[in-house]
This record gives sequence, C-alpha cells and structure tokens, in this order.
Amino acid sequence: MEKVANIISVKNLTKKFKDFTAVDNISFNVKKGEIFAFLGPNGAGKSTTIKILTTLLDPTDGKIIINGSSPIVDKDSVRHSFGIVFQDASLDDDLTALENMYFHGVLYKIPKTIREKRIKELLEFVELWEKRNDFVKTFSGGMKRRLEIARGLLHHPKILFLDEPTLGLDPQTRKHTWDYIKNINKKENMTVFFTTHYMEEAEKIAQRIAIIDHGKIVAQGTNKELQEKTKTNTLEEAFLSLTGSEIRDEEVKTIDKMRQRRMMHH
Amino acid sequence: MNTIYILWLRQVKKYFRSKSRIIGSLGQPLLFLVAFGFGFGSIYQKAGQGNYIQFLAPGVILMSVLFTAMFSGIDIIWDRQFGFLKETLVAPVSRMEIILGKTLGGATVAVFQGIIVFLLTLVVGFRPQHIMAIFPAFIFTFLVAILFTSLGTAIASTLEDMQGFQLIMNFLIMPIVFLSGAFFPLSNLPKPIEFITKINPLTYGIDGLRGALIGVSNFGLTTDLLILSVVTLALLGIGSYLFSKIQI
Repeated sequence: MEKVANIISVKNLTKKFKDFTAVDNISFNVKKGEIFAFLGPNGAGKSTTIKILTTLLDPTDGKIIINGSSPIVDKDSVRHSFGIVFQDASLDDDLTALENMYFHGVLYKIPKTIREKRIKELLEFVELWEKRNDFVKTFSGGMKRRLEIARGLLHHPKILFLDEPTLGLDPQTRKHTWDYIKNINKKENMTVFFTTHYMEEAEKIAQRIAIIDHGKIVAQGTNKELQEKTKTNTLEEAFLSLTGSEIRDEEVKTIDKMRQRRMMHH
Repeated sequence: MNTIYILWLRQVKKYFRSKSRIIGSLGQPLLFLVAFGFGFGSIYQKAGQGNYIQFLAPGVILMSVLFTAMFSGIDIIWDRQFGFLKETLVAPVSRMEIILGKTLGGATVAVFQGIIVFLLTLVVGFRPQHIMAIFPAFIFTFLVAILFTSLGTAIASTLEDMQGFQLIMNFLIMPIVFLSGAFFPLSNLPKPIEFITKINPLTYGIDGLRGALIGVSNFGLTTDLLILSVVTLALLGIGSYLFSKIQI
C-alpha cells in the first residue's frame, strides 16, 4: 500500500477557529489517479479541509503534502497542481459566461488554441454556449453551477477538487458531469477529490471514501469495506450508522453559535 | 504578463460597463468646482491670490482620481463577498502579478475619470498654462492613481466586509483629500496641520499637477515625482504582501 505514490497525504491535520475545532487531527492519503470521496454531514469540516488543501486557509497543526509540496510553505507549486470547483459562488457576475471562462484560461496559462477549443466544448457540454455572451448575473442558480463546473474543468489539473459540485443540478446534468470527469480521470490519470451529499454518487464513482464528522474521520475505505464494517447494505445506511441524526443536530447548533459570535464581532 | 493583462482588462471592462457609476462620480467634482470655485473665488481674489478656479482645478481633478482609485482597490472586498476572490487566490500565478494587474486596471480607470473631470474644469473656466503641460500632468495623475489604488488594495486585503469602510472613508480618505492643499494654499498653516499635509502623499501629487498645469509649485516637480514614486512602490509592496496573507 505504502509503495503506491500518494498525491495527497494528510497527517494529523487540525484547524481551530478560536475555541471551535473545525478539523480535529485527521489523517488520510489519496493515491495518484484515484477518485476519492470525502463525506460528512453539514459543518463536519469538509469545506475547511478542502480550503486548507487548496492553500486558501492555513491549518493550526499537521503535515500536508500535495503533489510533493506543502500548501502551507510552498503555496505556489501546490497551486500549479490542482483545479477546484467551489461549493459556493466564485464567478464574476459582472462578466459574461465567456469572459469568466476566458479569464480562467488566461490565469491558468492554457495555450490559446486549446483554450478556445475547450471553452467551446465545455460551454456546449453544460449547454451554455448559446448564452455565452450573457452576463452571469442574469443566470439562474443551476446555470451558474454548470458554468462553475465548466470553468473548473477548463485546465486539466493533476488533482481536481470538487466541493459538492452537483448540488442543485438535475440528474441528467449530474450524470453528464460525472461521465466527463471520469473520462478525464481515465485519460489523463487525474486524481479527483470530491465531497457530496448524494450517497449514490459516492457509491458509484468513488474508489475510496472517507467519512468525517465533528471534524474527525470516523471511517475510511472502499464502499464495500465501509458497508462490511457497519454491517449495512448501502453506503447511505453505513453513513447514517456512522454519523447518526442526533449528533448532526448538535453539530449544527455549535456552528450556529459560532456564526452568531462572528456576526457580533463584525 | 498575460496575468497582468487579464486582471487589468477585468477592471477596465467592469468600469466602462457601469455607465451610471461614471456619470454619478462626476457629480461631486462638479459640485466642488461650482460651489467652491465660484463661492470662494472672490474672497480668494481679494486676498491677492489670483484666480481661484486656476488654483482649485488640479485639486478637484486629483480628488476625483483618488476616489476612483481607492474604490477600485477596495473592490477586493466585494470580490470576497461575492466569492470571486477565491478564483484568483487559488490561481497558480504570483501575488505580485495579481496586484500589479489589478492596480494598473484601477489606475487606468482612475486616470480616465481624471481626464473627464479635466474636461469639466475647462468648461467652468480653467486654462492650463500650455498645451504641452498635458504630458507631465498625465504622469502625476497616473502616479497618484497607482498610489491610491495600491492603498485601497492594501486596506481591502485586511478587511472582511464593508463594515469598516465607513471608518476608512471618514478617518482616512476625507482627511487625505481635505488636508492636501487641494482647496487652499499650504502657506501659513498652523504647525500640526502643516505636518499632516507634509506626510500626506496626495499633497505632492497636487503640488506636482499644479506645477505642471499652471506653473505654481511649492516643492518642485522633481521632489514631488520622487516622493510619489517611492510611496507608490512601497504601497505596491505592502499591498501584495497583505494580499498574499488573505485567508478565506
């Protein structure tokens, strides 16, 4: 196991916000070319972990290696290795769909011919080519989501982070999107690290799964291993047996308290 | 190079698309020109200082440049709130390139605003000493634009939302404008006020622009140019440092 190259390696990662521990001493590895799902209830620490892995946030403690570099010390070389589709909006509403794509393409130094070809291909793929010259502010939530995905796939990175990429998409678009991602994963050996609330998505697509709750990883392994471990028949049952519904309520309350404190501070 | 260009392009496109912003931001300088220019004109003349509009115009031009530049820098806060900042932050490009592109874009927009206000001052009776004065005037305007876009960027990098903005407006931007010699001559001021005007970088921009446009300067154009350049470079450095420290 250890001999296979880990493209993501996380050891004892902790992130505290004042007295609130969002990520609590987690460790996991993702192999090169693997599709890895990171599951957990709301507020479990998924997005915080992704932010740390993608250089947006410094951890309180722990050791992380992404494609051979540390996202704390050597942010720039880590940034060269990944692409990301964020959970929340990250488009420029005052630019058109095409301009958002173009901006991304230039920022990621995609050669002009490939850039133009891929932009057209991806905008057609998410069915926004006809609307390419419309301002993003006129788009519906679903359209924005599709554009975010198209933009995230524009440069083919070594690692693709997807934070709940298919949230709010219809089943057709979800299926298309995953087919497209799986295709790049196969053709270019691109590693995929994603979070989702759709258990059947993780079941079907992920080769390995980690489940996080209260900032701690409560289980990790293949879909089969998780089901065997919890003596359940589906990933959803395994997930519920590991995280439970009562615990999740408590978790939400802590987050709410933290949000209230934040509001008071500002 | 492309990174700088694309960030520049974004600022410029967004500015020219917001026609109401352009027109709206002309109201204030126009009001200053009319109210101050005509209101204080006769007193100024009686005090033996000559034509007030001639004195006031460079100040109003740079006031307008400063506002546009600061707002361009500060719009990082909007990018943060609307999420777009993340897209720039995770990009594999140096923070210096991002800051340079954004700053040059903001400065371009601010200079353009300055040119419109310059045309307005011509309408109310301002006359530059010579047509060639436009070139040194352009250099001073551009430096002031870069300086205050960098300042806006630096400040915005440390703010999470627009809440602190009012504070900056009242305790930084307005004092910079009013204590810079934009509206009154800097001679015979009380010591504390004189000190503030001397450490205010806008003072040197206005002095330089006045020197270029009407041939009246306190410190000399070389001094003005030197001080503006040094402060601008320092703020660009501080701005990119603070920007690189942003955590989301």
